[in-house]
Amino acid sequence: MDYEIIVVGGGHAGCEAALASARMKHKTLLVTSNIKNIADMPCNPSIGGSAKGIVVREIDALGGEMGINADKSLIQIKMLNYKKGSAVQALRAQADKITYPKEMLNTLNNQENLTILEAMVEDLIVEDNKVKGIVLEDGKKIISQAVILTTGTYLKADIMVGDTRRREGPHGEKPSMHLSDNLNKLGFKIIRLKTGTPQRIDKKTVDFSKMQLELGDNIYHTFSFDYPPKYKIEEQVPCHLIYTNAKTHQIIKDNLNKASMYGGLDDVTGVGPRYCPSIEDKIVRFADKERHQLFLEPESLYYDDLYLQGFSTSMPHDVQEEMVHSLSGLENAKILKYAYAIEYDAIMPTQLKQSLETKIIENLFTAGQINGTSGYEEAAGQGLIAGINACLKLEGKEPLILKRNESYIGVLIDDLVTKGVRDPYRLLTSRAEYRLLLRHDNADLRLREYGYQVGLIDDKRYEKFKEKQKDIKELTELLKNNKITPTKETLKYLEEINTTPIKDGMTLYNFLKRHEITMDHIKHFIDVPYSEEVIQQVIIQNKYEGYIDKEIKEANKMLALEEKKIPEDIDYNKVRNLASEARQKLNEIRPTSIGQAIRISGVNPADISILSIYLKKEYANDRK
Amino acid sequence: MEDTIAAISTSLGVGAISIIRVSGNESIDIVNKIFKGKNLKEVESHTINYGHIINNDLIVDEVLVSIMKAPKTFTKEDIVEINCHGGIATTKKVLELLLNNGCRLAEPGEFTKRAFLNGRIDLVEAEGIMDLIESKTEKSRQLAINQVDGKVSNLIKNLRREIIEILANIEVNIDYPEYEDIEVLTNEKIIPKINMIEDKIKHIIKESENGKLIKNGINTAIIGKPNVGKSSILNRLLNYEKAIVTDIAGTTRDIVEGEISIDGIILNIIDTAGIRKTDDIVEKIGVEKSINLIKEADLVLYVLNNNEAFDETDSELISKLKDKNHIIIINKNDLDDVLDRSKIDSNNVISINTVNEDSIDVLKDKIKEMFNFEKLETEDLTYLTNARSLSILNKCLSSIEDVKRGINDNMPIDLVGIDIKNIWNLLGEIIGETYQEELIDQLFSQFCLGK
Repeated sequence: MDYEIIVVGGGHAGCEAALASARMKHKTLLVTSNIKNIADMPCNPSIGGSAKGIVVREIDALGGEMGINADKSLIQIKMLNYKKGSAVQALRAQADKITYPKEMLNTLNNQENLTILEAMVEDLIVEDNKVKGIVLEDGKKIISQAVILTTGTYLKADIMVGDTRRREGPHGEKPSMHLSDNLNKLGFKIIRLKTGTPQRIDKKTVDFSKMQLELGDNIYHTFSFDYPPKYKIEEQVPCHLIYTNAKTHQIIKDNLNKASMYGGLDDVTGVGPRYCPSIEDKIVRFADKERHQLFLEPESLYYDDLYLQGFSTSMPHDVQEEMVHSLSGLENAKILKYAYAIEYDAIMPTQLKQSLETKIIENLFTAGQINGTSGYEEAAGQGLIAGINACLKLEGKEPLILKRNESYIGVLIDDLVTKGVRDPYRLLTSRAEYRLLLRHDNADLRLREYGYQVGLIDDKRYEKFKEKQKDIKELTELLKNNKITPTKETLKYLEEINTTPIKDGMTLYNFLKRHEITMDHIKHFIDVPYSEEVIQQVIIQNKYEGYIDKEIKEANKMLALEEKKIPEDIDYNKVRNLASEARQKLNEIRPTSIGQAIRISGVNPADISILSIYLKKEYANDRK
Repeated sequence: MEDTIAAISTSLGVGAISIIRVSGNESIDIVNKIFKGKNLKEVESHTINYGHIINNDLIVDEVLVSIMKAPKTFTKEDIVEINCHGGIATTKKVLELLLNNGCRLAEPGEFTKRAFLNGRIDLVEAEGIMDLIESKTEKSRQLAINQVDGKVSNLIKNLRREIIEILANIEVNIDYPEYEDIEVLTNEKIIPKINMIEDKIKHIIKESENGKLIKNGINTAIIGKPNVGKSSILNRLLNYEKAIVTDIAGTTRDIVEGEISIDGIILNIIDTAGIRKTDDIVEKIGVEKSINLIKEADLVLYVLNNNEAFDETDSELISKLKDKNHIIIINKNDLDDVLDRSKIDSNNVISINTVNEDSIDVLKDKIKEMFNFEKLETEDLTYLTNARSLSILNKCLSSIEDVKRGINDNMPIDLVGIDIKNIWNLLGEIIGETYQEELIDQLFSQFCLGK
């Protein structure tokens, strides 16, 4: 045995998978086609965003690296939805595209049990439906007990610009030519997806005076729960906002047939993401909109590229020149990199278990864009879970499966394996049924325990967390055990702060529930010797209690159904009376619980009833 | 954490005693909320308790309630059985009250299914149940398909569309906060939209109550002083399109004595005997008796004689009609105007004479207009009278209250959105649409987003 676990691919999924595996004390090999591209950010220069920012917090709570690494490399940070409820707040940072990969590589290099190899993987060694290692381009074999594929967009990647198509990955890198065919031969259903990236503009050629400034927040934020900020507020780099105009739209309309996706290429089969249409898509679909918003985002402190967010296109170079120069402030701008579309192979994720192990090949795990997702954060979250579960598998333990009511990562993985994908999957807060439970602020309260259990959170970080948990409980009790009564002084104070007088005694906890009451008002009555973080947590739990309880009640209903397990060996052909569509879907997805079965489209309540009865009948003796 | 379920467990027949069965954790709590008698939470298990089912302090029925606590019950859950003896309408009313207080209507075969899943009955029996569930569900599925057609389900679909536009806007503000040119929805902007949705739901509920009347018949009282022509009007109605009068035997509690069908609309005429009798022997109907009739009727036809003066009795009785569906019929308009019409305090006045055959059409049209018959089609009526749908609509109204409370308490819009989403899901239950991706599809078709 050369290694216990091999991770194929050094992107955001691969880095998390490899680090988790090595940190869980398994001898790990990370294979990448180019060490320079480890933790590369080939598209937008940012980490986080709505829902995604919460995923980064979840990764940190579990003991992954993305949050810490983003904190080391950010050049601007904002709390999104600051004015809205705390359920939807999330961090978004501009990360330096030089620093982020550099810091990550540094962490990997210093990680015990981890070796990095530069090579192209073209096949897997599989015996009796169990993976035994990998085969490199030169035919060399490396043996392992488990393999995690995190190949990103590199499976048979095609870069498309206008009417040209070239078989290459981002940065003109060589893609893996045979791995997806070989996966297909092993029995995997392969799908073709598409995404794109906009132009990079030379900072020195931009007239910023015509643009609206977009600054970072002037309070400190970190993704990580454990470490202090590493940046200075005043040194944050701004972004800029601009708009398309009538001239831009005319150029696009006049050249529409030259775009790869509009006839420039007639062999485009990849399905592009709904949430990230190209600029030509936007102009065709929203014809009545006079302008579209674009952002210029700095990629790095060390070079001059600005990322033109919102302008993704598959137009030929000359049209792109015209389009960019029609924008206010970019009249004389130099394009450093043209926008392009990329098509790549992925596997249909319904072929995965919730642990991210594939159903047909034992000990083979997949994570990231190969599973049909898009986004660095979605990839990292899956990578971490695949890494953890590969280790748990080798240790003979139950996999870590996060539930929909405890994490966005759980929502993401459950959606993938239960519903499959049609276009690249992006996390949105609206995909979560219980998003009030899945907040930015409580990611540690939801997940740190798991991180500690699997061994990715050390004692020191865990103790700090337990301390916080204890403080939250104490402060809540303090508020519940202390009352205010309608004494003369109290009533006078209530009048001063413009709140309704009280008639009877009222606990401070109920008093705090009033919209206008803050912890400062509470401090008028008692000492509150707790950290700001603890106070914030108690306030959120207090003010939104009614809504939180409502969601917990709903979640409990779902959990009761998750508890009803479906045995892995069930033969759906033996379940009489199932509708044929339901039978086919159940056979394909093989849900692990009644709860998961309900979420499959095409499975009706009647089918669920029939299935429940069949299970009771056939497996009555196996169940407690 | 199973829901508490309820259903009428006896077949619905005229005059029979019917039993409503409730099973689940909350069954005793829920029944106790609508029961007047002993506190059911404190009674022994396996006891029968006498009392009344009440709705806002009004007695709905006199009942016997059996309390059977888990695990020694059919489903191994807490079971309450309510023995009603008030006939179909009352039994349905009791069920509706249970649904409004937190029960879910049981699926076909669900009690038996629970009995099996909780280990109460054996495998051999289970085989039968599967077929039962299969066939019954197929039937109800068919029924559901029928229900989806029709104007009311379109109304619900339109409502859901309006709600999902609000939701998609809230979601897009959250998921794409940097898009400055997308309208930012605020609590203030939601208020008028929510009010409009509330009005529409209330309208559907009202229509459905009309629908219920149409299906079960409209209890109609014909009232007026002796000799104004009540029986002629009745006879005209009877002759109209060969309508049938039937005497339903054995319904001593029922006040319905004659049934008239006009264009498929059923009028249950109350106290037909009274009308005939009084005209025969010229016995004056007591004002008090008339008031009682007004209370029991869904529709009151108040008859005046054009050739006779308007007096105190008329004025007193008409004043009781304000909140009732009613028609003031000025009969004998072929005779001299002795009646002072200005004294009639009502907007629903028609003038006819029973000598003229066509004259009765005026009355018929008025009734049709009053119950919105034109707008409702038969297939909608089955749908609307469905207790389950009605209870869901009532739940929607209570979610709307939650939305308003949230807005009042200055809750952030994404929390207010939780209750709005709930309304959307509830309406989806009625028409059988709960497709989650719908929201995400809407998000991307309504707004222009991307990198």
